[in-house]
Amino acid sequence: MDARHREHREGFALNEIAPPVVAIRGVEKRFANGTQALAPVDLDVRHGEFVTLLGPSGCGKTTLLNLIAGLIAPSRGAIKWWGNPFSATGSLGRKLGFVFQAPTLMPWARVDANVRLPLDLAHADRAHADRAVARALDLVDLEDFARHLPRELSGGMQMRVSIARALVTSPDLLLMDEPFGALDEFTRQRLDDEISKLWAAQRLTVVFVTHSVAEAVFLSTRVAVMGARPGRVLDAIAIDEPFPRGDTFRVSTTFASYAQRLSRLVAEAGAESAERT
Amino acid sequence: MNETTAVPRPLRIVAPVLLALAVIALWQILTDVYAVPSYLVPSPARVLETLVADRELLLRSLTVTLGIALVALLLATVFGTLTALVFVQSRWIEMSLFPYAVMLQVTPIVAIAPLIIIWVKNTWIALILCAVVVAIFPIISNTTLGLRSADPGLLNLFRLCRATRWQVLTRLRIPSALPYFFGGLRIASGLALIGAVVAEFVAGTGGSGAGLAYQILLAGFQLNIPRLFAALLLITATGVALFGVTIWVSRLALARWHESELGAAD
Repeated sequence: MDARHREHREGFALNEIAPPVVAIRGVEKRFANGTQALAPVDLDVRHGEFVTLLGPSGCGKTTLLNLIAGLIAPSRGAIKWWGNPFSATGSLGRKLGFVFQAPTLMPWARVDANVRLPLDLAHADRAHADRAVARALDLVDLEDFARHLPRELSGGMQMRVSIARALVTSPDLLLMDEPFGALDEFTRQRLDDEISKLWAAQRLTVVFVTHSVAEAVFLSTRVAVMGARPGRVLDAIAIDEPFPRGDTFRVSTTFASYAQRLSRLVAEAGAESAERT
Repeated sequence: MNETTAVPRPLRIVAPVLLALAVIALWQILTDVYAVPSYLVPSPARVLETLVADRELLLRSLTVTLGIALVALLLATVFGTLTALVFVQSRWIEMSLFPYAVMLQVTPIVAIAPLIIIWVKNTWIALILCAVVVAIFPIISNTTLGLRSADPGLLNLFRLCRATRWQVLTRLRIPSALPYFFGGLRIASGLALIGAVVAEFVAGTGGSGAGLAYQILLAGFQLNIPRLFAALLLITATGVALFGVTIWVSRLALARWHESELGAAD
């Protein structure tokens, strides 16, 4: 714990030596129907980073995230997790958390049972699980809703339950696939604020997928801008702004210039691939 | 919450009851006015009289038919669910077996019943077999569909959590299948009764093991039409009661969370 703490504080010096959380080398994905979803991609995600995959729909960002989650295997190239193949992450005690586009809660189970699911599946100790669930619900401000059913909650609250479920195992890597895409702008900004605070407070490593430029700039330490046909990473841009970032950052000129730069990259890539097809 | 619950509950019961009373009254008046002989169309009062007078005979037959239908429904539920669980283990198993389940379903029971009755010595067991054959298909097809329709997102989550096949089945597939299963059970409850009655017709079992179908056959031969109507009334009432019970059970199991039963329990 101490070492990890130091690593986070001193930042890059130690990070350069330790293997990255995820190392993606020349990874391609071609689906069975012949679609080239992903041209060769190289990307590192380091400990404590908040990396956002940004791009238009069809650029393979969800495919890349599923590859990182180990849900699908690359057609070519290799991914290493903490310097090891995916099968080793379990024995290393490394945990992944995943937040989907939809809340994907079990409608028949109460909020606390939904949050508890990853621990139950891993046969976690009962007392430990109770504590972890209470803590996770507390992190997303839902401690008063533990005994509610998902249908009794609003869309934003359901998404927070989903986040609590991802956090309950204290994951070493949190993957989020356009988690707030279906929510209204106000709820989305509030949840962005929350997730940014959680990331800082829990010292999480996050890979976040979005097609919102503003969301990417607000949340990330680094943004991987992706283009379509075939899906590829065009550029990775660091957002060198201090945390916590609040509403003042959202209306600042730095924010605007980052947003402009990212938008231009996405637009140029779009024009380029339109020419080619 | 939706349109069906927008109709006030008392009205939902009162409306059909009023209609029934009106029809029965009209029926009574018509049979009285035109002095229709009871061997053609008995008046409602006459049917009721017969029902009371022959209650011992009819209730004994009802117990037989109801017993067959209930045992058949139970067996269909158990074996239908087990078959569905086998089907979802692999597409290969389902592909090879499903056509036969369909064949079982589309072949009329009256055509198979004589065979079953010849092959199986014990008539009671033969009748139950016939009713099971009729009732099992909706359970198999609905439960299979339900087990397959688990949320793909949740399936991915279970995979990410390295859940075992057993955990996926018990914690995800079975709960997801429940609404579908109860839909199948609702249909099967009616079919089990139909299967029992049809099989009795074919078997024509009399004596102490005579069910309602036999009473109908016999009453028809004897032109005892009031008794025929009384037996018919009992079969219908039994069918409605069975249907009601399955709805009640499904409400108990799903009211808390599933859309189809939401509002029903509130």
